[in-house]
Amino acid sequence: MKHAEGQVDFKVIGTTPERPDGIEKVTGRARFADDIHLPRMLFGKILRSPHAHAIIKGIDTSKALALPGVHGALTGEDFPQLESTVISHGGASTIDIKDLAENCIARDKALYDGHAVAAVVADNYHIAEQALELIEVDYEILTPVLEIEDALKDDAPVLHETFSPGGFILQTEKSHSNAGSFKLRLGDADRAFQNADHVLEETFQTRCVHQGYIEPHSVTVEWSHNHIMSVWTSTQGHFAIREQLAFILRHPLNKVKVTPMEIGGGFGGKDQVYIEPIAAMFAKNTGRPVKIAMSRADMLRGTGPSPGANIRVKLAAKKDGTLLGADLTLAYEAGAYPGGPVTSAALQATARYNIPDQQILGHDVLLNKPKMKQYRAPGGLPVNFAMESMLDILARKLELDPLEVRLTNAMVTGDRMITGIPCQKIGGKELLKAVRKHPHFTSHLTGRNPGRGLAYAMWFGAGMTSSAALTANPDGSVKLSVGTPDLSGTRMTLAMQAAETLGIPVSSISVSIPDTDSIAFSFMAVGSRTTHSTGLAVYEAAQQLLRRMTERAALYWDVDETDVTFSDGMFNNQKDSTLTLTFTEMAHLLEKLGGPITVQSSVTPKSNGAQLTAHLVDIDVDTETGKIEIQRYTAFQDVGKAIHPDYVSGQMQGGVAQGIGWALSEAYQYDEAGHLLNTTLLDYRMPTSLDLPDIETVILETPNPNHPFGVRGVGESSIMPPAGALANALYDAVGIRMTALPMTPGAVLEKLKKKQRGS
Amino acid sequence: MNQIWIPAHLQHFTNGSERVEISGSNIRQVIRALDNKYPGLGEQLREGDMLTPGMTVAINGSVDHLGLYATLDEDSEIHFIPAIEGG
Amino acid sequence: MTDYTTRITTVINGQEEKFFCEPRESLLEILRDRLQLTGTKEGCNDGNCGACTVILDGVSVNSCCVLGVEAENATIETIEGLADGDRLHPLQQAFIRETALQCGYCTPGLIMAAKDLLAHEPLPSNERIRLWLANNLCRCTGYTRIIKAVAQAAKELHQKP
Repeated sequence: MKHAEGQVDFKVIGTTPERPDGIEKVTGRARFADDIHLPRMLFGKILRSPHAHAIIKGIDTSKALALPGVHGALTGEDFPQLESTVISHGGASTIDIKDLAENCIARDKALYDGHAVAAVVADNYHIAEQALELIEVDYEILTPVLEIEDALKDDAPVLHETFSPGGFILQTEKSHSNAGSFKLRLGDADRAFQNADHVLEETFQTRCVHQGYIEPHSVTVEWSHNHIMSVWTSTQGHFAIREQLAFILRHPLNKVKVTPMEIGGGFGGKDQVYIEPIAAMFAKNTGRPVKIAMSRADMLRGTGPSPGANIRVKLAAKKDGTLLGADLTLAYEAGAYPGGPVTSAALQATARYNIPDQQILGHDVLLNKPKMKQYRAPGGLPVNFAMESMLDILARKLELDPLEVRLTNAMVTGDRMITGIPCQKIGGKELLKAVRKHPHFTSHLTGRNPGRGLAYAMWFGAGMTSSAALTANPDGSVKLSVGTPDLSGTRMTLAMQAAETLGIPVSSISVSIPDTDSIAFSFMAVGSRTTHSTGLAVYEAAQQLLRRMTERAALYWDVDETDVTFSDGMFNNQKDSTLTLTFTEMAHLLEKLGGPITVQSSVTPKSNGAQLTAHLVDIDVDTETGKIEIQRYTAFQDVGKAIHPDYVSGQMQGGVAQGIGWALSEAYQYDEAGHLLNTTLLDYRMPTSLDLPDIETVILETPNPNHPFGVRGVGESSIMPPAGALANALYDAVGIRMTALPMTPGAVLEKLKKKQRGS
Repeated sequence: MNQIWIPAHLQHFTNGSERVEISGSNIRQVIRALDNKYPGLGEQLREGDMLTPGMTVAINGSVDHLGLYATLDEDSEIHFIPAIEGG
Repeated sequence: MTDYTTRITTVINGQEEKFFCEPRESLLEILRDRLQLTGTKEGCNDGNCGACTVILDGVSVNSCCVLGVEAENATIETIEGLADGDRLHPLQQAFIRETALQCGYCTPGLIMAAKDLLAHEPLPSNERIRLWLANNLCRCTGYTRIIKAVAQAAKELHQKP
């Protein structure tokens, strides 16, 4: 594979062409999942448990079925009974299909407020809603468990009598009746603590938040007479949806066709089925297309938010700020089913620092809340908040500059992470030095109570399998099909990689993301992998295309294939240097030389390059209201190579905005009975345009040696630093150390008052 | 000889050793050899015909999705770690 | 059961439209389901996200909070009516040029809200733009490029004769 390190002379990479779907989106013509209308379509609605923990003793749908306009009703018993089976999507992430199916519709127990228990299908949503009210469910209410500390007690209410601790957990034994646990260790942390000049310890708490994508989940399913299930849905991974549907409904994989519609945000929350199995079952039973869409309350209550956590950090340091050891305990909510993001959190907790002796104990804690899932870097923000706060506490205790302490400890290429794996090529120190050199770092702070804070983060992302198909047409146009849904413009960054390789303008490439019948298997758009891994598939496909066209050129010129080379967009005849053909000219000749050429490539790269990011934030604090006003925010990220700099910058800005919401205003609020109280976007408070400043971005490029253009994943790590950066800025401003999120005005005010009282 | 890093919760099989040396030209052979030397360790690393669900293997620093079936070109550094996904 | 379905006549994007409407249907439902103008989006159905913003009698509204029957004799503008054939409105052009969209779901509502602002305030400051658009949630972009796009479109519209 050609490596692009050192190559600066790209023609397409690094430019900023307009994306092809831009026009469709600004005119409202782009088709999202709910924009589908099929003839004689019916509409489904789902009844959700109002109890956080209850045995379902019986469900009577007869009155609902009697309502005119209702065509069917379902409960969990109408679905195949499954055994606990772990499936892995193409050898990647693992999921227990029985848990997944029961999360979609409960069988014996409702495990959280919002857990689906029954459903109806009707002529329209209004009739369906009326019908839901006629369903009678006999619940035996059980005591819910809602807090991590309570779930870990010996006498805690038990959610599952037996469970396997979940796909991400190494240890196969339960550690508590409601938790699976694991350990990671490098060296000997106890030794480090014995030898330290300073030992610091603190605990932190964060709360459950939702990914908050503006587009609700919506699915339409049609079941044909020959049992082909056609599915149109909003998803980050249509092959995962296909596999999960096939398993849940015991249907052959080759009779499930999933079309990914344009998706209005996912961020990790749209990578599994929620409403699809119910829609599919209704479509089968009625013989008509069935659409189900989730309301905002349904989504907040019944999808996969990101967990709250209790985190304990203990650090051992020398008086010059060098970290000798770290000892962390991460207890993350798993929600109603095991397998939350706690292992990912542990992997990235200390990953950017060189700490020779460290240990992490992780708990994946079951409680009566929705099954917790990823939100950009899985589990990342809570532990980054904790660690970056501790680095600052250490710096202040030693009277050292916070950035210098990070520089002292920053991991460099080859340093070992807690897994023992040596870090691949990164530019951590370069990134921190870039922060130090930036005008923001030395600018004057203004305001009544101003403060500045810094945080540093690293995430790896995922490799996994991706596929791409390329066709060269006789008119010189090129068709690119890829298997990874486009969340925010990757169809353009993939086309750019094809254009660069083929030496053609990006405008001659048209890109689509076909359904699961029409492209080879591809893993989801998650883990910051699309531009990198699908880009690799595109690159490999382009190389294959060039090889096939080289064969045709040899035919045309009547020479051996070895006498034809391709460089700088030209096929060259080594036997006669006057004879050259551009890609387009060669394409025009294809009709005469055997017709159009299509190639397909599936690749499984081993990683996608570490993402390093550092954020700098200036705030002003209103000490009468506790409100934090963000005045200036600069996000720095090493992206390897920015294929399309505006899209890269956009990803960074998006992560920052989400992290700020997580840090300052978003949190699930439950009452004592386990009811979710804030089920609207008024009370689940996401940032508006008034809450955020202009977010500046600085892109650095340490090329990833494992990608032909040096690409590293981009999308996830920028969500991690905002909470730590803001907490550090708050300390800088008014001298209070927040150890819990969100840092709402009320929480800040309370802490300020405590400080004033001297407690 | 390959260098195998043993996950923390399994180090009691190797008398507390974080790293052990084992021969083998693919992961299956490595696990079998580990099990011969440290009885019981093998079934913690594999479940039937795949690696324990949720676990993955990194060879010389790069995750190999072939898992149990991954091959080793030469003496390699091998880590068994939690699988990484993303959001 | 009495059927209260009413026949409504209205003007949408300059065209007269007639449709049947139950009292319980919102304007958003009418647009998306009855008239299949699916450019206007649902995000929350209770006025808290702005994805369903349209212009009703010259005022931007959350169409999820307007009843379908209120469309009677009203003039409505939706995202579908903004471009003139192939010629995009300056707001639409600016959004593409400035990469002010990522997933694009909040974009129609945002553009309609911005259009209303610029109809009343030709050259708003960035602070005014942020205030006006505070009812339109975006989860992808962090708003920075959106504000820039609206400011740019304002300049362009202001320069037109």
